[in-house]
Amino acid sequence: MLEPSILTASLVHGLANGAVYALVALGLSLVYGVLHIINFAHGALLMAALYGVYFLVERLGLDPYAAIPILVPAAGAAGYLLHRWVVAKASRGREEAVLLVTLGIALVLENLAVALFRSDTRTIETGWAFAMVAVGPALLPAAKLAAAAGALLAVALLWALVRATDLGRAIRAVAKDREAARLVGIDVEHVFALAFAIGTATLGAAACLLLPTYYVSPQVGHGFVLIAFTIVVLGGMGSFWGAFWGGLLIGVVESLGGLFLGESLGQIGIFAIFIATLLLRPTGLFGRAV
Amino acid sequence: MPLLAVRELAAGYGPVEVLRGVDLEVGEGEIVALLGPNGAGKTTLNRVASGLLRPRAGEVSFDGQRVSRLAPQAIVEAGLVQVPEGRRVFPDLSVHENLLLGAYRRGRTRRPANLERVYALFPRLAERRRQAAGTLSGGEQQMLAIGRALMAEPRLLILDEPSLGLAPLVVEQVLALLVELNRAGLAVLLVEQNVVQSLAIARRAYVLEQGRIVAAGPSATLLADERLRRAYLGL
Ligand SMILES: Nc1ncnc2c1ncn2[C@@H]1O[C@H](COP(=O)(O)OP(=O)(O)OP(=O)(O)O)[C@@H](O)[C@H]1O
Ligand SMILES: [Mg+2]
Repeated sequence: MLEPSILTASLVHGLANGAVYALVALGLSLVYGVLHIINFAHGALLMAALYGVYFLVERLGLDPYAAIPILVPAAGAAGYLLHRWVVAKASRGREEAVLLVTLGIALVLENLAVALFRSDTRTIETGWAFAMVAVGPALLPAAKLAAAAGALLAVALLWALVRATDLGRAIRAVAKDREAARLVGIDVEHVFALAFAIGTATLGAAACLLLPTYYVSPQVGHGFVLIAFTIVVLGGMGSFWGAFWGGLLIGVVESLGGLFLGESLGQIGIFAIFIATLLLRPTGLFGRAV
Repeated sequence: MPLLAVRELAAGYGPVEVLRGVDLEVGEGEIVALLGPNGAGKTTLNRVASGLLRPRAGEVSFDGQRVSRLAPQAIVEAGLVQVPEGRRVFPDLSVHENLLLGAYRRGRTRRPANLERVYALFPRLAERRRQAAGTLSGGEQQMLAIGRALMAEPRLLILDEPSLGLAPLVVEQVLALLVELNRAGLAVLLVEQNVVQSLAIARRAYVLEQGRIVAAGPSATLLADERLRRAYLGL
């Protein structure tokens, strides 16, 4: 029989991880909601962002959190250009072509990472990252707590951007009716690229938050792709709060799965949810667009 | 020089030829009606004017500038604004957000004052400003679509079948509003199938059939034309 406190501790761990998963999934969900494409490069872009943080920390001696104001705009700019120069150009507006283009970007990035950095798993050293902080009955590494708080803040900022700015309104207008958006003077191609840029910028933030308690390798994106897809499908494709609650839920499922089934089997719960959602409720729990 | 000039315009979709050499003008401060049956090509003409569709031949110019090669946002920026067929409000954005987006490209600096003006023009919209646009009635959505267009401070307003699906009383209101806006200097191209009411407010009109202008002239002349009376009024 498990102690209730172990269960609560596992829950807290799950929620903390889930907040970062939610952030990663929101980037994917936003791109889906606006562009109606599934960005298969999302995981590989996270990997690239993680290498970005890694080198900022290792080479320039920056604190990973101090890297946020550098990496978020850099990732956003990279996403903007990637969309304008590669995704939009190569797809010519055909949605099934976009799928292959993003898959291609993922392959190129991963192979590039293997060529440049080999398959080594790398971590950074931060003195305080594993100092333990008590949250109720749970003991969390300080960096994990910081990551959760940072992710929640990023989610709130993203929400404010989508809800309360002209760009956010334009994004929602384009998501719903591209032609009507053009008729009010919205440059739809620009908004597409900006939405893609916001998607990659969230990965920049997530990378800075993750790396202190995580690692980077050329394949690190794979696990996140599965998690983020599951969250987006579970929450309802394109739904903001669906992705948020879905993220927390998946974090908890993974954590409890690890507790009951052991670390190596913990992710089975995520697979099971992914398949069950597709079978039972393909529109997701919050089946409504952005 | 007319505000809007359409010259020998040809346009279509793939193998489908829709417009086959259309000439049309709207002068500064005019209300002009464009009439024609279903499938005549009225919406296609509007799509070309707004930059959504590239012409195959001929051109559209606005205020002396060739717009038929410009991007839609540049055309809005120049002051040619369209209220599209079917209203096309953004259904899950609020009434207020729809209006704010109307000034996305043009009229941004005077946005607060223009909001007041539109709300004064349409008190119904003011009452429902927080409501999702998709929950409005058809008439209210038409008002919102017009209000959204006015937020861009148009010099020429193109309306594509604004009376479609509206109760007769609401149609009266919409047309009366156009007259009022026109008095204040707005040029209007009113695209309609509602012949009698459109001719009542328009100074001149064009009749489009199968992609060609088959009749044009002052409203009174067209109303008196035997053939048109038979074809469009069943008289
Ligand atoms: N996207 C499209 N692809 C192919 N054909 C089209 C397309 N849009 C319109 N058409 C065709 O072009 C012709 C003219 O259409 P258009 O919408 O311009 O007519 P309209 O005068 O606006 O008619 P209505 O009064 O019904 O709105 C029609 O025969 C229509 O079927
Ligand atoms: Mg039409």
